[in-house]
Amino acid sequence: MSAEPLEKETHIRPYTMNFGPQHPAAHGVLRLVLELDGEVVERADPHIGLLHRGTEKLIEYKTYTQAVPYFDRLDYVAPMNQEHAFALAVEKLLGIKAPLRAQYIRVLFSELTRILNHILNITTFALDVGAITPALWGFEEREKGMEFYDRVCGARLHANYFRPGGVRWDMPKGLAEDMMEWAEKSIPGVIDDLEDLLTENRIFKQRTVDIGVVNKDDAMDWGFSGPMLRASGVTWDLRKAQPYEVYDRMEFDIPVGSTGDCYARYLVRMEEMRQSIRIMKQCIEQLPEGPVMVDDHKIAPPARAEMKRSMEALIHHFKLFTEGYHVPAGETYAAVEAPKGEFGVYLVSDGTNKPYRCRIRAPGFAHLQALDMQSRGHMLADTVSIIGSMDIVFGEIDR
Amino acid sequence: MSKEAFADLAEHIEESLEAVTAHEIVRGELTLTAQRDGIVKVLQFLKTDRECDFKVLVDITAVDYPEHPDRFDVVYNLLSLGQNQRVRVKISAGEETVVPSVTGVYSAAGWYEREVWDMYGIYFSGNPDLRRILTDYGFEGHPLRKDFPLTGYVEVRYDDESRRVVYEPVKLVQDFRRFDFLSPWEGMTDVQLPGDEKAAKPPHGFREGKRKAS
Repeated sequence: MSAEPLEKETHIRPYTMNFGPQHPAAHGVLRLVLELDGEVVERADPHIGLLHRGTEKLIEYKTYTQAVPYFDRLDYVAPMNQEHAFALAVEKLLGIKAPLRAQYIRVLFSELTRILNHILNITTFALDVGAITPALWGFEEREKGMEFYDRVCGARLHANYFRPGGVRWDMPKGLAEDMMEWAEKSIPGVIDDLEDLLTENRIFKQRTVDIGVVNKDDAMDWGFSGPMLRASGVTWDLRKAQPYEVYDRMEFDIPVGSTGDCYARYLVRMEEMRQSIRIMKQCIEQLPEGPVMVDDHKIAPPARAEMKRSMEALIHHFKLFTEGYHVPAGETYAAVEAPKGEFGVYLVSDGTNKPYRCRIRAPGFAHLQALDMQSRGHMLADTVSIIGSMDIVFGEIDR
Repeated sequence: MSKEAFADLAEHIEESLEAVTAHEIVRGELTLTAQRDGIVKVLQFLKTDRECDFKVLVDITAVDYPEHPDRFDVVYNLLSLGQNQRVRVKISAGEETVVPSVTGVYSAAGWYEREVWDMYGIYFSGNPDLRRILTDYGFEGHPLRKDFPLTGYVEVRYDDESRRVVYEPVKLVQDFRRFDFLSPWEGMTDVQLPGDEKAAKPPHGFREGKRKAS
């Protein structure tokens, strides 16, 4: 070796940029530390937890009834789907099943929620990549959907409606007809409008096609679910594969993408909304009469009128709203196909009136984890597209 | 999935793997108990074996049982899209023990292990990036442990004088209200009420009187 020193190498450190947590394209409180080489992303390190509220810990200190509202506050864009997973888990441990009418109502509102969720995601996604009109048009329609929430449970967002054993109230008179009208006349037109605005839009396609491509194997390896998994070409939907409630009586198709990029995810969500309308219509048509809560006052509270006359009913009411019901010891996992993917609840009960452990499996957590893998080598602006296409909501990721 | 098919699958797994010590089928859900050191092998087998085909790691979580010799159960939730079934794999872990990381088998394990580390303090060896994930920067303690108080130890507020956010020990203006609905009235646990000696205990819904820990 010659002693002559090599030409001095200058090491250029990659430029580190902080993205968020207060950034409109971060979809909430995402703090993203990006290492950039020029404008190319070399590493993306999401810092999450800024919305961590300790939901799992809080639930351990609450009775089963008191735990339900926490689920609304996870993914606040799709509250009822999450209550659904918890209700299914508790029902599994209790060994009960919701009455048929309640099951139909649950499916009906799960699908309504799916549409509301996808409208929010698609329009804000479009907003991130430069289109403002979809958000203006979509949100008007979303508000109409929220009104159905309002009418069925009294709240636009935090429903607290799916309880273990059924649903809290029966649907008010006229609601089914109004929902049918909405599903037939109102929402399909808006979806068509969104489709006109975006699907063949040159700018939208330039920002999304071939961006953040995930192949089949990677999608499974990274624990993807829901539209993210299906956009990568995996035919998997819990509503078909492991049908819960009355999904096995419904006729609907599962859209599957082929390219696995941001554009495919958008297309899958668009088609899912149309399929959800189909399911909603079938639910309303088939909606049977009957009770909406199990007929067991050890679990479901008695009617107010009954309490005025019956001592027994009064005692049940008192016991249910102070002590709550006891769930047999054991453990179970229940999952639903939430709009964002597989939302699961792993519930461990020790036989008392409070859950011993309530693990919440949020789909967005797995998706966000793969952000680094998806955005490596892409431009900074593409990261925004990828985040938009993942449909992340920090309520469920941070819990 | 039928119970027989599940039992067959469980048998197949137990035969092929030494590290799997027991299996249980409850409510149509299969749970395997495995040895801690063999977990990587077990998951590798479950992922690649054709009959198992558990390609998706749905979740890793833990449950804290302070009274057990190894206080934590680490739970792996797997899903097979091809066979359309789920399986749960459980291992035990203590505060000092080290659990081998399965990031080499499933990429998705990275953040799940970070979360378990953050919430329970279970150390995963071989995880390339085992930082805290959900709690605050500089947080101390592991909040989901049963001995961690619900209120935590510190609270934050914006201090006008020093013009920054300050951390202070938690001050509760009112005691944390934790009603005990399970024990009978104090002093009534071992009192024999007249007439009760003849009563038969109901088959369920009856709780043995527990003495309040003083």
